[in-house]
Amino acid sequence: MPDLLTRPWPWYVGGPLIGLMVPGLLLLGNKSFGFSSNLRHICAACFPGKVSFFRYDWKQAGTWNLAFLVGTLLGGFIGARLLATGSVALSAQTQAALTALGVHDLSGLVPREAFSWAALATPRGIVMVVVGGFLVGFGTAYAGGCTSGHAISGLADFQKASLVAVIGFFVGGWVATFVVLPLLF
Amino acid sequence: MMAAAVAPELQARTGPRQRVLVYFVLGIVFGVVLTKSEVVSWFRIQEMFRFQSFHMYGVIGSAWAVAATSVALIRRLKVRALTGEEIAIAPKAYGTGRRYWIGGTVFGLGWALTGACPGPLVALIGSGATVFVVAVLAAVAGTWLYGVLRPHLPH
Repeated sequence: MPDLLTRPWPWYVGGPLIGLMVPGLLLLGNKSFGFSSNLRHICAACFPGKVSFFRYDWKQAGTWNLAFLVGTLLGGFIGARLLATGSVALSAQTQAALTALGVHDLSGLVPREAFSWAALATPRGIVMVVVGGFLVGFGTAYAGGCTSGHAISGLADFQKASLVAVIGFFVGGWVATFVVLPLLF
Repeated sequence: MMAAAVAPELQARTGPRQRVLVYFVLGIVFGVVLTKSEVVSWFRIQEMFRFQSFHMYGVIGSAWAVAATSVALIRRLKVRALTGEEIAIAPKAYGTGRRYWIGGTVFGLGWALTGACPGPLVALIGSGATVFVVAVLAAVAGTWLYGVLRPHLPH
């Protein structure tokens, strides 16, 4: 048990806990697990303009989910403070592949060469942080869900739309990994 | 005008104020799990897209298995939510499917570049990688542009 606090969690601990979010939210208040709806709620709350996609009662529809988002922020803080190991136990092939790509620092949760304030001023940082973030927001809104909404709750309900979306996730991820990333390092 | 824009799953009413605290606590659990199981790690996402480790497939697969079993049980036992509401999962309209192909692929590009889907983007800020504030703001901008272009995009 103390091991669970000081070491990273294996997939068979993390995965089922994430899966339990689905029945947890349904049982609590008939809510569908889907994190990216928050991006829409933030737009609806802050700058709805005359855009019909953002003209709805975001407080009624999204307060619960925004509370969940604030919790996730705090959870990230707690999780990283309890995480004792500095580096991810990556597979040897991935270490070799990333080194060959030009990622030199494999320590920490994310590569500093791309995800730091200093790197943000470089083309690499702009593409990986700003363009990447933008595509996440545009794509999840277009597809009507992200990993939680489609890959987990949508597929758990055997929805065809979610299966197609998840295939799309992998097509896009594969292109970014093998076509775009080599241009950036 | 308003009714046309709101997806059914967004229309469910938010419960009383105390319940918001419970959602907040569930969010904390979610953030801790994402971080401790390294789902927030760009490195792990690279491993996944390169098909070089079982870790992320194990996480997503077991999450799916637990969620699917629970949803099936909830349906079969006709369990009600604590609010007394009947639990109804709104089906996602498939239509031509184009929004799922295109939107899914666009999101996948962003997922591999940032190494994070929306939940992890937020958890990463909490973990201390504060530059992800910029990624979240960019994601909000992306969602906003989608909202503006929506009438002109294939769905």
